[in-house]
Amino acid sequence: MDLGDPIAIRVRGVCNRFGEQVIHDGVDLDVRNGEILGVVGGSGTGKSVLMRSIIGLKPPEDGEITIFGESMTSGDPAAQLDLRRRWGVMFQGGALFSTLTVAENVQVPLREFYPQIGRKLLDEIAAYKVVMAGLPPNAGPKYPSELSGGMRKRAGLARALALDPALLFLDEPTAGLDPIAAAAFDELTRNLSKALGLTVFLITHDLDTLFAICDRVAVLADHKVIAVGTIPELLATDHPWIQEYFNGPRGRAAMDAVDRHGAKGA
Amino acid sequence: MADFSEETGAEGGVLRLYGRLTLPGLGDVAKRLDAVTGKPAIIDLSGLERIDTVGAWIVQQLAERTGAGIEGASEDALRLMSLVRRSEAEVRVRPEPPNPVIRVVTEIGDATAVALTTLKGLVAFFGAILVACWALVLHPGRLRMNAIVHRFELVGVKALGIIGLMSFLIGIVIAQQGAVQLQQFGAEVMTVNLIGRLTTRELGVLMTAIMVAGRSGSSFAAQIGTMKLTEEIDAMRTIGVSPIEALVVPRMLAAVIMMPLLGFYATITSIIGGGLFCWLSLEIPPVTFVQRLQEVIPLTDLWVGVLKAPVFGAIIAMTGCFQGMQVSGNAEEVGLKTTAAVVQAIFIVIVLDAFFAVFFSQIGWI
Repeated sequence: MDLGDPIAIRVRGVCNRFGEQVIHDGVDLDVRNGEILGVVGGSGTGKSVLMRSIIGLKPPEDGEITIFGESMTSGDPAAQLDLRRRWGVMFQGGALFSTLTVAENVQVPLREFYPQIGRKLLDEIAAYKVVMAGLPPNAGPKYPSELSGGMRKRAGLARALALDPALLFLDEPTAGLDPIAAAAFDELTRNLSKALGLTVFLITHDLDTLFAICDRVAVLADHKVIAVGTIPELLATDHPWIQEYFNGPRGRAAMDAVDRHGAKGA
Repeated sequence: MADFSEETGAEGGVLRLYGRLTLPGLGDVAKRLDAVTGKPAIIDLSGLERIDTVGAWIVQQLAERTGAGIEGASEDALRLMSLVRRSEAEVRVRPEPPNPVIRVVTEIGDATAVALTTLKGLVAFFGAILVACWALVLHPGRLRMNAIVHRFELVGVKALGIIGLMSFLIGIVIAQQGAVQLQQFGAEVMTVNLIGRLTTRELGVLMTAIMVAGRSGSSFAAQIGTMKLTEEIDAMRTIGVSPIEALVVPRMLAAVIMMPLLGFYATITSIIGGGLFCWLSLEIPPVTFVQRLQEVIPLTDLWVGVLKAPVFGAIIAMTGCFQGMQVSGNAEEVGLKTTAAVVQAIFIVIVLDAFFAVFFSQIGWI
């Protein structure tokens, strides 16, 4: 982790469009080392597209993206490949390889980047990562089709953590989970990010997740990041979308829940 | 890169680790540490620049194996080691390989059970289609003319190009192969008989059926399968629309009506291909070729081809729609069922074709 630079991901002036449809028009965003940054925005504001641009799946049409000081948009491919070892990505549905077991899924990035690791150590690493992601030990030899939605997400997280990344991208980690599983997943994310010193880029619609674990929140609207900050800071802005989002009935309920929880904890 | 050194002392040895004990810096340290046979009393981590969970795991395992104490660990190292210690559990990577004998027996049993349930399902599905057809006969207003005409276009008109090209080439191949053999008896003029009778009775319709199964049977299965996955079919049922009436009957009618037309078209194109070869290579002029066709092809040959076609069409549409309806669970199923639809359709078509061959020769249409 480049301690000299407090910024892990630096996004400057990124533009993306599909045909006539403009998704991003000059997005600026900084993700600080060691923080959990939540990214919110209405449907179709390009949260996932921004993530895909950052991890290089969809190169932006214009703008500059640097990760740990290395440019993703103009740097040389060898350095970018090296960067890929330093992040893990969890896609919405888990995106597990369906012909491999959960443990084998975790081993794929390890085999790919570090072929010199012996079979025994490889199996051991897969084993503790599976447990670390909160899966029961008997999930290791199961195929993705045999898992529930929540377990598939955890398996996706285990694979994202396979390379001991410094940076973790989570795309709607709690979508489609019941409230109990979602809360457990939030806690897992927070504990792991603390224990492993992770920087987390988290796309979510889940207000509870935002309140519970995010250090800062970035709001995507009008093709830009309109505000970044802690939730109290965001509440102080008067952008109508932000006000509606956090002060709507669901936002209030989530806030109350945190207040109650916080009062009990204190 | 990570490395280590061993020292022996009065109160037992010290194993000193230094460098970067992380995945990229690991090198062969893990293997060499495994080979350490001495019993160090202390594992000294103070020389480590960096450690990650893999490094923590290795240190943890080494300490457990040798019973050594850990010294000089940084805060990071302690935190990671306690994390991996908590995550230690017996986890299998691959499922237990089953006993081969039991596996063979189970697979045979499973395959038989699947074949029987499929057969039962197909018969039930055929029954459901007949019921729906009867309901449509009683209420002809419910027949979806638009859907049917649209299917005509997809199954029939859009297939003309590929089926024409295929049949034309098959005609040439039959003529060429036939001519080579018949020349040995000086009977190359019989090539006309071969082309005419073979394509009208068998190949025209059979090849068309295989092509339609590949084009339309698969698309029926994939379309209906996807609609099943997205719960469109359930939505239809809840608003009182019968999926059999709305989806299956139009496809079935389209296939039944289009197959004889396509089969006849394929036959004619094959004959044109064969005729072209005869003209260019065997010097049989087109007029003679057509005259000879008239002499050697009895009208019953045409009926043999045309009568089989709607049956094949029905089989293709039925297996396609049936397999589509069997989709459940995930997207992978759509692919599996589509494959099954095409394989079953072609298989049943060929089996039926053999029955037809025997039947028509028994009733004297030779």
